Amino acid sequence: MTDTTTATVDNAPAPGTPLLQASNVVMRFGGLTAVNDVSLTVNTGEIIGLIGPNGAGKTTFFNCLTGLYVPTEGTVTYKGATLPPKPHKVTQAGMARTFQNIRLFHNMTVLENVLVGRHTRTKEGLLSAILRGPGYRREEAESRAKAMEYLDFVGLADKAGSLARNLPYGEQRKLEVARALASEPGLLLLDEPTAGMNPQETRATEELVFAVRDRGIAVLVIEHDMRFIFNLCDRVAVLVQGRKLVEGDAATVQGDERVVAAYLGTPYEADADSTTADDSTTPEENQ
Amino acid sequence: MTDTLQIRPEAAAAPKPAIPLPTAAARAVTAAGAVLTAASAFLSWTYSSQFPGDLTVTGYPGGLQWITFTGGLLTLLYLLVGYGAPGLRGLAPGGAEGTTVILAVGAAATTWFTLIAISVELGGLANLTTGGWVAGVASLLAVAGALGLPRDGQHPQGNRLGVLLYPGKRPELRPAEPMPAVLEVGVVLLTLAAALGVFAYGVDTSYAELFAGFLILTGFAAWALNRSGDFARLGEIMQRHRVLASVGAFVAAGLFPFTQTGGSAEANANLGVSILIFAATALGLNIVVGLAGLLDLGYVAFLGVGAYTAALVSGAAGTAFNVQFPFWAAALLGAVVSGIFGVLLGAPTLRVRGDYLAIVTLGFGEIFRIVVQNLDGTSGPNVTNGAIGISNVPDLNILGFDFGSAHSFGPFSIGRFANYFELMLLFTAIIVLVFSRSANSRIGRAWVAIREDETAATAMGINGFRFKLLAFALGATLAGLAGTVFVHVNYSIVPDTFQFAGPTPPNSAFLLAAVVIGGMGTVSGPLVGASLFFLLQAKLSFLHDYQLLLFGLTLILFMRFRPEGIIPNRRRQLEFHESQTEGGQEGPTPELRTAEA
Repeated sequence: MTDTTTATVDNAPAPGTPLLQASNVVMRFGGLTAVNDVSLTVNTGEIIGLIGPNGAGKTTFFNCLTGLYVPTEGTVTYKGATLPPKPHKVTQAGMARTFQNIRLFHNMTVLENVLVGRHTRTKEGLLSAILRGPGYRREEAESRAKAMEYLDFVGLADKAGSLARNLPYGEQRKLEVARALASEPGLLLLDEPTAGMNPQETRATEELVFAVRDRGIAVLVIEHDMRFIFNLCDRVAVLVQGRKLVEGDAATVQGDERVVAAYLGTPYEADADSTTADDSTTPEENQ
Repeated sequence: MTDTLQIRPEAAAAPKPAIPLPTAAARAVTAAGAVLTAASAFLSWTYSSQFPGDLTVTGYPGGLQWITFTGGLLTLLYLLVGYGAPGLRGLAPGGAEGTTVILAVGAAATTWFTLIAISVELGGLANLTTGGWVAGVASLLAVAGALGLPRDGQHPQGNRLGVLLYPGKRPELRPAEPMPAVLEVGVVLLTLAAALGVFAYGVDTSYAELFAGFLILTGFAAWALNRSGDFARLGEIMQRHRVLASVGAFVAAGLFPFTQTGGSAEANANLGVSILIFAATALGLNIVVGLAGLLDLGYVAFLGVGAYTAALVSGAAGTAFNVQFPFWAAALLGAVVSGIFGVLLGAPTLRVRGDYLAIVTLGFGEIFRIVVQNLDGTSGPNVTNGAIGISNVPDLNILGFDFGSAHSFGPFSIGRFANYFELMLLFTAIIVLVFSRSANSRIGRAWVAIREDETAATAMGINGFRFKLLAFALGATLAGLAGTVFVHVNYSIVPDTFQFAGPTPPNSAFLLAAVVIGGMGTVSGPLVGASLFFLLQAKLSFLHDYQLLLFGLTLILFMRFRPEGIIPNRRRQLEFHESQTEGGQEGPTPELRTAEA
């Protein structure tokens, strides 16, 4: 793992080109509007944080981005092309994700999990699998080498043969990252990567995310751990009740009283103010 | 005893013997019991030769006495292994004492089964001669002695009775002693020969009592060999000589018809080819159920599609199309048509998941049967000749080799069913190859990923629907291929063969049971499960009326005690017995695995 420092200052947001553009995404489930008119841009080389209280619609927004849900309104484009609302096509296009509650293939080995991640970057079909020609063997060997490389990257190379379900919790998280990286994404979406981790593990995850970014992969991360988010992210967007409240660098977000209000609550009389502030939508701060 | 129960299982690796005897005395008693048991097989057990196998002869064993004889010898063998007899130590890397107990109990079980069968069939204990009583007492003596041996297994904490009777879980295997490659090859060949011998004997058992006795001893012996660690060790050796083992297995299977001589040779060869067809179809189902995790309850329909396709182009009289394809073309056509039907049925049904899929496939399976029944010229166009079916399907003739008549190879002569057996063996080899290669590839990994977690699989770029459809189509193709041979072996075909459940295989329920009980996701599991199921229903025909009841009971018992099947997939074994095998490692804590916000 690359030993990258956590200083955000060093990693001044590279201007980059827009990689992922979500514009005016609305997701309604019947009468419930889970995501309301959220726009977000991720540029190449950026680490973007997405925070918000529980039930703010962060994961729903993630699912809209990755094709698990079809947004009711709005569009999501990746590298300028509109993303098809099918998860496997989104991965094919170059976005990979991890899940809030780990979703590994528990009864496959660690290596096999990563090999499944290679699915979109390999193309040998049934016939060549049965005939086992030289092309198949070359691709399989290459796939295994790549998979081992990703396992090495997250520090699980020595566990390649054990079952995913037998890994300790922190390593399962790492394996999920390795599996996502194996699909060679341009953008990695992490859904609460440090949930349930102790400070040391959180710190290791932080370094892992920096190392991922250093490989030229942009990262969009949902997290509740504020220290983690503010150490890590070039920009942070705050989602409250399905709406984007504010977006900006760590200082901007931390200084915003609406964010504090959303997390800690407001005195009764201040309530009216904050809702009006909500309605006047959020200032876009695209650097 | 009670003290040891309190201690953690690691510490209580060897509790006191169930029967407190000095070790030397226990060995002596066991040895005496085992030798006497084997020797008693040479005595006469009953007065009347009415009991099948004629157990009245003193001087050599007959029928069931051979089983008792084998049981006694096996007990003695493992007793000697435990005693440290030179050259035998390698036979029980997981401890010989527990193995001896299991074998002694197995020998006693077959012996007492025989004695009880004699008493029941001939009417009363009076029918047993002294020889019979000697056998019974000797076999119990061996059990008592074996229970006095020092214990070598790992015992779970639990009730006293369980610890008393249970021979213990297999302890850690002793490290393997290095073996010269020649010896390993010899072990592989010997194992294959032994497997062929056991299978051939089982198929050749000519009456139900003998088969039941054979089954009891084989079951106990399999348990014993598993407990002794021999199976694990053999598995390692087989893994090292994989090519030899798989080629050898097919050669051994190919030799099966040559082991069958005498009057029942053709009947046994018929049984053999039916088992192969059933097993090959089960292996196809294993792709759908075992790998992709799709519960298909109408799978036998694909066997039917292949069979009907082959029958329609076989030139049989009374079919709608009066054409006769060469067999290779018919087989290919049967497989392809079946595969197309797989896609046609899969495309609408695979949109539902889980239990709903099971119900829908069950419906489609029945629809196939009813449609075929109604394509009879009255309810619909005459294609399949309705409920009467297509009969007089001609025998195959490939390159001048007439499958309908007997052929002799040197001193051996093999008949019609044996010819088909060899053909079906070739097809089974193809199906095994297709299964194992596709399972162990990018495609197979995608299937397993879908089975494990479909959402995560699609998030990894797997087109769930497409791969499920592929599994469905490939499974159907393989069943169709088996069906093309099926119809020629059986001369005729009727729609009623392809039911969901019935007393005779093949039907969807039996196929599924063969896969589940054999071991899902493995190659050998469905083959073993199918052989066992087919032999059981063919040999124990007196149970015909209770067959479905017993079938259900077997399933329940298996699901309770061995949910991973006879031959467990390494992964599934861990899944079901994790608490017993994995101590410290823990998965995510429950509260962290709650539903996504």
